[in-house]
Amino acid sequence: MNIIVIAGLVPDLVEELEIDNGGTALDTTWLRMIINEFDDHAIEQAILLKERDGGHVTVLAIDQEGIDEVLFTAAAKDADRMIKLLGDFEQGVNSHALARVFAEVIKDLEPDLILTGVQAHTNLDGAVGALLASMLDMPYVGYVAGLETTDGKVIAKKEYPGGLIGAMEVTLPAVLGIQASEQPPRYVAVSKVRQAMKTATIEEQDAVAMDPGGGLDVSRMFLPEAAERAEMIEGDEDEIAAKLVELFKEVGAL
Amino acid sequence: MNQDIFVVIEHLQGQLPEISYTMLAAARQMAGGSGGQVVGVLLGKDAQNLAENLAADKVLYVDHEALAEFNPDAYLAVLPALIEEKQPRAVLLGSTTIGSDIAGGLSIKSSLPLISQCQQFIVDGSSIKAVSKICGGKIMAETDLPETMALVTMIPGGYAPEEGQAGGATIETVAAPSLDGMRVTLSSYIEPEAADVDLEKEPIVIAVGRGIQTEDNIELAQDLADLLGGVVAGSRPVVDQGWLSTSRLVGKSGKRVKAKLYLTLGISGAPEHVEGVTGSETIIAINSDPAAPIFDIAKYGVNVDLFDLIDPLIDAVSNAKGA
Repeated sequence: MNIIVIAGLVPDLVEELEIDNGGTALDTTWLRMIINEFDDHAIEQAILLKERDGGHVTVLAIDQEGIDEVLFTAAAKDADRMIKLLGDFEQGVNSHALARVFAEVIKDLEPDLILTGVQAHTNLDGAVGALLASMLDMPYVGYVAGLETTDGKVIAKKEYPGGLIGAMEVTLPAVLGIQASEQPPRYVAVSKVRQAMKTATIEEQDAVAMDPGGGLDVSRMFLPEAAERAEMIEGDEDEIAAKLVELFKEVGAL
Repeated sequence: MNQDIFVVIEHLQGQLPEISYTMLAAARQMAGGSGGQVVGVLLGKDAQNLAENLAADKVLYVDHEALAEFNPDAYLAVLPALIEEKQPRAVLLGSTTIGSDIAGGLSIKSSLPLISQCQQFIVDGSSIKAVSKICGGKIMAETDLPETMALVTMIPGGYAPEEGQAGGATIETVAAPSLDGMRVTLSSYIEPEAADVDLEKEPIVIAVGRGIQTEDNIELAQDLADLLGGVVAGSRPVVDQGWLSTSRLVGKSGKRVKAKLYLTLGISGAPEHVEGVTGSETIIAINSDPAAPIFDIAKYGVNVDLFDLIDPLIDAVSNAKGA
């Protein structure tokens, strides 16, 4: 099975996010980028499939600061091929443009299965996987947490609310949006990643020109203005604990 | 193009999730500014009864065996032609496990712009702005709906679902196209395993998020839960790590908690999680990030490192119980 995984970086939400002077985008000056965790799960799922059924895993990403580490980490997890697409992505690029960039490359790779994170928290014009599937005229199922391959098909476990799972039979080739891999993304030691940096190669290809059509320009970006923010409890730890105990009593939990 | 607002009605195992009503309430606001109609679009098999409680002027109903349960391939075979024929101003879909599976495909097949994660619209006559919540709820983005058609996926929180409930919509049956050769089929539903707890019925829930850091630390939450007679639940990252079972997941693809007390430890409050907690009476949030969106929905907040607070808190609760 020829599996392609699309991976990318997103701002780390643990850090404070700020809006740039134009007021329509995130200020990227101090932004710390990390792998989109759903993409991390997609990589893990691809590796699990390869271990179970054999196959070839290609990880595809656009050039972003920090992406080499993601690709070498994938190599250390036993991904077979890493491709980095070069282009002008500094100013940010929407999902439609990204999907077009990936579609162009994937056409020639003849995949059986394309896995990517079900969403990125920055998506404002849909998730890349769903857009890509239609561009490639492939079926798409998202919110997948676990899958099995059978003859020319996969059974994708699609998550619905309340813990319900829809076992969806999907004809290949297909694109799946991964919510969670069957087991948590494996940890690889830094030494193994370093090793991969010496032995593995990241192929570089030029991306096609960016076409953001289908996404819309943001007219204003701002921090949420909470109508009713929480009443904050202040004090040292003991004082806070005492106040919480009072609240627990008030609501009948004590 | 006309000024009608289409709402793709979601249903799952014969039930309508709240988002369907939320979207109808939004559509009513949008249509109100421009004199259009609110049109529900219902795809199903023998599912006309699901249209009974929809606050729409009209429901377009497509009946076909292949539409009995949600199937992204079948929905994408039906909707583009319907949109092309009826030319609505906007089509609303849930930013859900259903709507998000088809929004992208519709955008490409129908060549329509797509705005996702919209929580609220700002309507001024025929001018409509969509306000989306992104970056785990930390950023709001405002987009002008084009004068021509657009697709929008919606998250809950901006409209009361009750406002989308009413009877009396006219039902217009629309013939289904051929739906042979679908590349996706539902082979079965796998019901959640009988769990040791039913989170939706628990009055006291202590929920842990990424901030709990390790599996071992969940014991701290368990100690607190034991003292308060509650149960431990978690957000997505904790369940994905395998630290808690799926039956303990609260949020979009998990349970909807209606607790008397919902106490969060290290949960940031991404919209996917918030969806599952807003039915709770009192939410108390403990988080070290002062900008965590959880503080926007909690009644009380504590901005400290939870590991500094947890031991004094457990002691204080123990003492209160002993007193």
